[in-house]
Amino acid sequence: MDVASPGLAIDGLGLRHGARVIFRDLSMSIDGGTFVVLLGASGVGKSSLLKIVAGLSRPSQGTVRATDGKPLAGRIAYMGQQDLLYPWLNVIENVMLGARLRGQRRDRDRASYLLGRVGLAERAQALPSELSGGMRQRAAIARTLYEDRPFVLMDEPFSALDTFTRAQVQDLAAELLVGKTALLITHDPLEACRLGHHLVLLSGAPATLSAPITVRGTTPRPADDPDLLHTQGHLMRLLTEAHES
Amino acid sequence: MRGASAILRPLITIAVLVGIWAAVARYAAIPAYLLPSPESVATALWHNRLVLLQNAGTTLAETLSGLGIGTVLGALIALLIVFSPVAERWLMPLILLSQAVPVFALAPLLVLWFGFGMASKVVMSVLIIFFPITAAFSGGLRRVDRGWLDLARTMGASPLSMLRHVRLMGALPAFGSGLLVATAIAPIGAVVGEWVGASAGLGYVMLNANARIETDLMFAALIVLAAMTMLLWALVDWVLHRILFWAPDTTRSA
Repeated sequence: MDVASPGLAIDGLGLRHGARVIFRDLSMSIDGGTFVVLLGASGVGKSSLLKIVAGLSRPSQGTVRATDGKPLAGRIAYMGQQDLLYPWLNVIENVMLGARLRGQRRDRDRASYLLGRVGLAERAQALPSELSGGMRQRAAIARTLYEDRPFVLMDEPFSALDTFTRAQVQDLAAELLVGKTALLITHDPLEACRLGHHLVLLSGAPATLSAPITVRGTTPRPADDPDLLHTQGHLMRLLTEAHES
Repeated sequence: MRGASAILRPLITIAVLVGIWAAVARYAAIPAYLLPSPESVATALWHNRLVLLQNAGTTLAETLSGLGIGTVLGALIALLIVFSPVAERWLMPLILLSQAVPVFALAPLLVLWFGFGMASKVVMSVLIIFFPITAAFSGGLRRVDRGWLDLARTMGASPLSMLRHVRLMGALPAFGSGLLVATAIAPIGAVVGEWVGASAGLGYVMLNANARIETDLMFAALIVLAAMTMLLWALVDWVLHRILFWAPDTTRSA
């Protein structure tokens, strides 16, 4: 099932707020089962783009569609900037949130299994407020996996974590999201280089997309991988230049 | 240990207040019809215990009816104004008007319309109670985290499911704050109504005692009223803590 994840085609996407053009004519395609990272400075329009892809807001023009021709709605799992765990539900109920919201039967066994995969088997009954930031984000990953959607969209999901916890959660995400068609947005070049098969830069006003940059090696790449270090330096330069111009 | 001190502390507070009261009543040369001594109030409380209990029952019934109806009405109005801009535009001036006119000024009219029985007191209570509920609950409904709603939408939740599982739950702490305010002020409507025209209730007892300058009985009725309100508030607070166990009190360390 994972192997057959369709790709994503973004075609001529434009967004304006009043007279201000955030971006126009953005096009990119993501092959099925690949992990693409969209990198850009804060405020460039990354989150807006991801919300359009997630179907949470409408573009001024352009389309987003799946390459298999079926509708995207109902096939996307979304991870936001915060873990978005519901504080009144315990961890395992949060993992099964989608089923609760759709009025479906909750599969407790599968939720327990997924909590085991993210190392939270012992904390299934805990409330989110009793967990550390890293644990909360791992619970959010389990919730994303429970949905078992072919597309996974992530909006800087790890930005609030400290460096070491972030690296651990990145490893986990890379391992568990294999086979999904994933789009992650971040402002962290290291995160982009560790996780992405292809990296795309969003910069300028109105924002434009760079040609995809491909990093060699399998993900998650170690932080001292020479290819990674090289690409990270390159990205840092591109981002700084884009920021100054 | 904590439980014991939670009971002990208010008792100490009350003991100190009664001590000051006793001292003032005894040594300040204030006539008993202005400030009766604690002993005479205690005697009045005991002698009139059946009358007070019976009338407290009436006031309690009015208060609870007002609280029940006012809470449901306040919550419904909050839902209506949050989800319908049209309803908000038409209802908001009316809601504000209902609070701008003091219930004390409305009381004679309400007694005239709804009679000397419980109905006029319940209407007055509802008028006072619904507003803090509407204000707090509508604020809570509006301020629910957008991220929670976005997540629910990507998971394919229907609008009704989002209301039930996300907005209502997210607004529950704010609703609880409103309910606590409403509970504390709930007896006002009942007592005011009883002053204006009634044949039972603690307000009625106080009015009659006042006319006969039985100040000790007035004090006794006041004590019963205060005890009733505090018990009711403590009960609501306890229930809310059980329901909102997940809302962390960030002023206390974990």
